[in-house]
Amino acid sequence: MTIQFNEETFRDDYSFRNSDWAIKRFPFPFHEDSYMYSVNMEQHRGGPAGSVYEKRFDVDEHYVSEMRDRALVLDDDPLRCQSLPHMTLAGWDTLELIMVSKSEDYPDLFELHRDGDQWHWINRPMGIEQKFTFLDETTLPCGPLEYITRQAQGDFAVLDQRDEMLWMDAGMVTTQADWSLDFDIGMNFFEWHAPVPLAHEMGIFKRALKFLLNIQQGAPARRLNWTMTVNPLLDTSPENYHKWGIQKTQMTPETIGAKQHLRVELQTFYRLPRSNALLFPIRCYLIAFQDLTTIPKWGRRLHRVIRDLPEELATYKGFIDNRPMMLDYLSQFDDGQPTSPGIWPDLTSEPALKK
Amino acid sequence: MSKFQFPESILSRPVYGTLAPRPGKSHLMIADAEGAEALLELADRDENLMANSHIIYLPKDTGETYVDRLRAAGPNQLYVGPSFAAATQRIRHVLGQAHMGLQVYLTGTEGLIGQAMNEATAVGIPHTAIQTEHRGSVARRMQCVHCKGITEDVTTDPFVCSHCGLNLFVRDHYSRRLAAFQGVCIDAEDPGNVPDPVELYS
Repeated sequence: MTIQFNEETFRDDYSFRNSDWAIKRFPFPFHEDSYMYSVNMEQHRGGPAGSVYEKRFDVDEHYVSEMRDRALVLDDDPLRCQSLPHMTLAGWDTLELIMVSKSEDYPDLFELHRDGDQWHWINRPMGIEQKFTFLDETTLPCGPLEYITRQAQGDFAVLDQRDEMLWMDAGMVTTQADWSLDFDIGMNFFEWHAPVPLAHEMGIFKRALKFLLNIQQGAPARRLNWTMTVNPLLDTSPENYHKWGIQKTQMTPETIGAKQHLRVELQTFYRLPRSNALLFPIRCYLIAFQDLTTIPKWGRRLHRVIRDLPEELATYKGFIDNRPMMLDYLSQFDDGQPTSPGIWPDLTSEPALKK
Repeated sequence: MSKFQFPESILSRPVYGTLAPRPGKSHLMIADAEGAEALLELADRDENLMANSHIIYLPKDTGETYVDRLRAAGPNQLYVGPSFAAATQRIRHVLGQAHMGLQVYLTGTEGLIGQAMNEATAVGIPHTAIQTEHRGSVARRMQCVHCKGITEDVTTDPFVCSHCGLNLFVRDHYSRRLAAFQGVCIDAEDPGNVPDPVELYS
């Protein structure tokens, strides 16, 4: 299919919208009516046609506008993209992986022509055409990691692997759930996850690290993570928290359906061939409560998950103060009927709302 | 008593040990204020250690309290300086000239230990190979996550960023690269509602 790219904003007037197509393919993160941390990894080898899991790097209707938002963030704060000196090769690996994947998966949108190290890249949606020499930084307008991730949705952490450990040594981070690349760059896996409550004690990070250290070339993995965001704000950074934090207090029962968004991260993990680094794309999907609850199964389930979530998690995810208002709103979409297992909307088999 | 037992915290927060003499061709000791006590104890534990040692010492508000005793311990070189910034070029020079077999000992405040550790890791010494011991003030070196400015010797939570003036709360999340803890705006969701500052660990 040809994608119609939205003309929309993720700041100021927040004109971001999901089409019906985007709502139905939303990566709903709850496979049952409750939530607790787990090492919920699976192979990233495609998925149902049209789903966000189908392609290696999903491109959707928000692509062009998201890339515009990223450029604005970087103009304001260039420290959102950094790479420690030993990570340049991993940047080239990343550029290659994304260019090859996108040109193969979306041939009508992206083209890559390679003649030895002479590469020719065409990005139609963004109107970019670039001829360059692979592995020669002087032939690109900026470093390879920054160059390609200015053209790919989602954040990208590039993890060096040494001493049986992963190190956050490079990244492009402008759509983050409240963490700072500038602060965390150079940290190891346990250190950058240090502020997460409960999961360390549960052994989650030890098991996740073991899994990630063993990811092989050509066998990427994926998982979902989630949080809540008021307004479709991509850049919920700690750097700008003193500016956007106030928005969390500006919802009313009348506006919550439009303002409160479920924020889902599709996290994928790729072993990179030359550097042996691990590429960790963190793709952010936003959906307003009023859109999400048009899917009866998801409305029922979200209410139950939010209602029963342990207090530490609601606090860490930053919505403890808004939880009562969220539950008041969501309860209208929970008629007590059972939900089918799994994350899919099951529109044809799940009963309509009986209320 | 200059020792403080830090409560258990998150995994990015540094933990400190007790300095012990290690075999080495030469020894670089960087300390501030009450960190001198740890060096004197170190000297007591191995009478041959100081002859191959270079001490870089910043007394800060302890003034002359420890200087004579450090000199009497007989280090091969003793530098007494006014600030870390003033000593930085010397530290870089010494590390740049160092050979295999150098042992590094850091002691005093967290700000000193963190900054000196950065200098040592920058020349390729793994941070796990460097001994540290906290002594003296529990003041912290804080980075404002908003303006990126560093405020030295923060002793209260919350505190005012010395660069941008925001009211920041003190996190235990720590960056070795910045040698700083993270400070985050405390009244972003309720502007003006800033709790009274309390002494750290009080």
